[in-house]
Amino acid sequence: MYHITIGPRRYHFADLKTLLARASPLRSGDLLAGVAAASAEERVAARYCLADVPLRDFLQHPIIPYEDDEITRLIIDSHDAAAFAAVAHLTVGGFRDWLLSDAANPATLAALAPGITPEMAAAVSKLMRNQDLILVARKCRVVTAFRNTQGLPGHMGVRLQPNHPTDDARGIAAAMLDGLLYGAGDAVIGINPATDSPEAIHTMLAMMDEVRLRYAIPTQSCVLTHVTTTLELINRGAPVDLVFQSVAGTERANSGFGINLAVLQEAHDAARSLQRGTVGNNVMYFETGQGSALSAGAHWGADQQTCEARAYAVARHFSPLLVNTVVGFIGPEYLYDGKQIIRAGLEDHFCGKLLGLPMGCDICYTNHAEADQDDMDTLLTLLGTAGIHFIIGVPGADDIMLGYQSTSFHDALYLRELLGLKRAPEFEDWLETMAITRAGRLQAHGQQPPLLGLMETVA
Amino acid sequence: MSVIPFPGPAANPDTITEDSWQALSQHTVARIALGRAGASLPTRETLRFALAHAQARDAVHTPLDSAALAATLTQAGHRVLQVQSAAANRARYLQRPDLGRRLHPDSRAQLLTHAADGCDVLFVVGDGLSSLATASHAAPLLAATLPYLAEAGLSVGPVVIASQARVALADEAGECLQARLVVMLLGERPGLSSPDSLGVYLTCAPKVGRMDSERNCISNVRPAGLPYPLAAFKLAWLLRAALQQGSGVALKDGSAAEPGWAALLARAHPALPA
Repeated sequence: MYHITIGPRRYHFADLKTLLARASPLRSGDLLAGVAAASAEERVAARYCLADVPLRDFLQHPIIPYEDDEITRLIIDSHDAAAFAAVAHLTVGGFRDWLLSDAANPATLAALAPGITPEMAAAVSKLMRNQDLILVARKCRVVTAFRNTQGLPGHMGVRLQPNHPTDDARGIAAAMLDGLLYGAGDAVIGINPATDSPEAIHTMLAMMDEVRLRYAIPTQSCVLTHVTTTLELINRGAPVDLVFQSVAGTERANSGFGINLAVLQEAHDAARSLQRGTVGNNVMYFETGQGSALSAGAHWGADQQTCEARAYAVARHFSPLLVNTVVGFIGPEYLYDGKQIIRAGLEDHFCGKLLGLPMGCDICYTNHAEADQDDMDTLLTLLGTAGIHFIIGVPGADDIMLGYQSTSFHDALYLRELLGLKRAPEFEDWLETMAITRAGRLQAHGQQPPLLGLMETVA
Repeated sequence: MSVIPFPGPAANPDTITEDSWQALSQHTVARIALGRAGASLPTRETLRFALAHAQARDAVHTPLDSAALAATLTQAGHRVLQVQSAAANRARYLQRPDLGRRLHPDSRAQLLTHAADGCDVLFVVGDGLSSLATASHAAPLLAATLPYLAEAGLSVGPVVIASQARVALADEAGECLQARLVVMLLGERPGLSSPDSLGVYLTCAPKVGRMDSERNCISNVRPAGLPYPLAAFKLAWLLRAALQQGSGVALKDGSAAEPGWAALLARAHPALPA
């Protein structure tokens, strides 16, 4: 029980879960769940209480019962007490001050990460303004590798997302080519398939692998299908680089996705055994997003940002190459407008980085959200300054298969130009070899670029 | 809607870098080979995108003109009832999906006064996320479907026009009016290049609490997507099958195997995907 008196009013918060929810910045999903603060003053009252909570309390009082949830068990059982020792004496408010101080630098933050739980990260984020989320995230370094090296200081990757409404091979290839010629695709070339047919997905994987081999592209490919389908395809000998799966922060929500930790482990081990990576072997690609637990009716009364941070515990367990928070896709009943989407994107990126993850963001919105390209520009620019691991690249920001707006190849070039962000070094070298870029900038194509022969591969 | 109705601003050849792979656009409607001004989008492309987004936004936020639609349907010989969901306005509707699934208490009372009539098929026409889709396509689709129902000897109830409605609102309307089957015609979430897609949802033995797995769906009804004659043929097929064996995931759409389908397809919009 937490309480505080402000003027004539006394506020009570029954437990940590309630306190976290009431302290969370306003968003539609928490209102929908009925867990948000009832007034602006109650929200700040909760933050006053939260600031005084010792960090170790989060280890002693799980917000979702240990007996009922395998993610709580994962969080508690894998907690690194030695790493935690550096901040074990702090309260949540003291932890925010520490993170902003010079004591927190890339080395100390990397050493600390295994000692931080998702609830601690969520809690401190609720006391942080947007500038705090940016500044601290920028100090966190997470380097991962498969066929290229990602997350180096001053670098940012792009997932090339060449989706097509009917998975048409030529349609996908045309978008893929467009992206490569715009210098995108170092994080991964990843297709969201319209079908869940294993045969069709096998064909897409084979096509991407053929293109990669033909042009010696130092990147990785992925078809974002269910983990069990990918596992089946690995067993059939399909060329699987990365295993994709959407993950959420409660066991029950993950059941709704048809997954658990055991099946993720099985797929992870299977992909690792293929040894397809050349400069590293991070083989997992996870996607997350605030609201997924609530939409599955599996949030246990916790707020959506805390549930989201718990999904990162799942991701962290499998040393992923990429983690992508798909921040505005879920719709206005969870994140209503540009302000809420921008805040959520910064929170997710900060929490992921603090927990040691290679955190990217699908900076996106749907047409029924109160958001537009200007809001995406704002979040894109903020995440660029915060050191985002990777962003999404869709032709003209218009995903014709999923029916939403993400970021474009041009958006990535804007951020590179503005902030001097480089591509993964192996990929950048390849672009120079193909005469697509020179000194990191796109070259003008006088004639047909040699890469256009790619279309013959799928003819 | 996918074609810009006026020419874009003239490009300045000195400052725009055009992409040499524009021919690849024949393979996809994705926005490829857009060219660039520096590293950024040329003016013509920012305007083209802004127009598409504006149309999608307007489709979401323009209120359905229920009176005009009611007049059209009345003129076509329908009895029309107009109802509201429990979501009082658009902002509330967007943030509280649960309210859009239930009738306003006054609307429920109104429908219950017609309960004794009963019917085989009840049509509910809802604004959903695109009033443009509903206003444009609901009446023509109904007109194309009714002959099939008359031929099958099925009775059709009054057409219910519902504002701030989600799919499941039809369950409550159908329950109130004691329909054997309810068909919801609803504006779909607008995409950037498809602001006017109409969705069609069939549910047998409608009542509050039906799950989505108990429905069948036809999506993207519009002249540039699934044209009315084909949508009506499909709907009539599903409707007859559902009245026999129930609606839901177990019922697979077999309309394309019927002899009549190929003839309709041949006459349909040439842009129809195979």
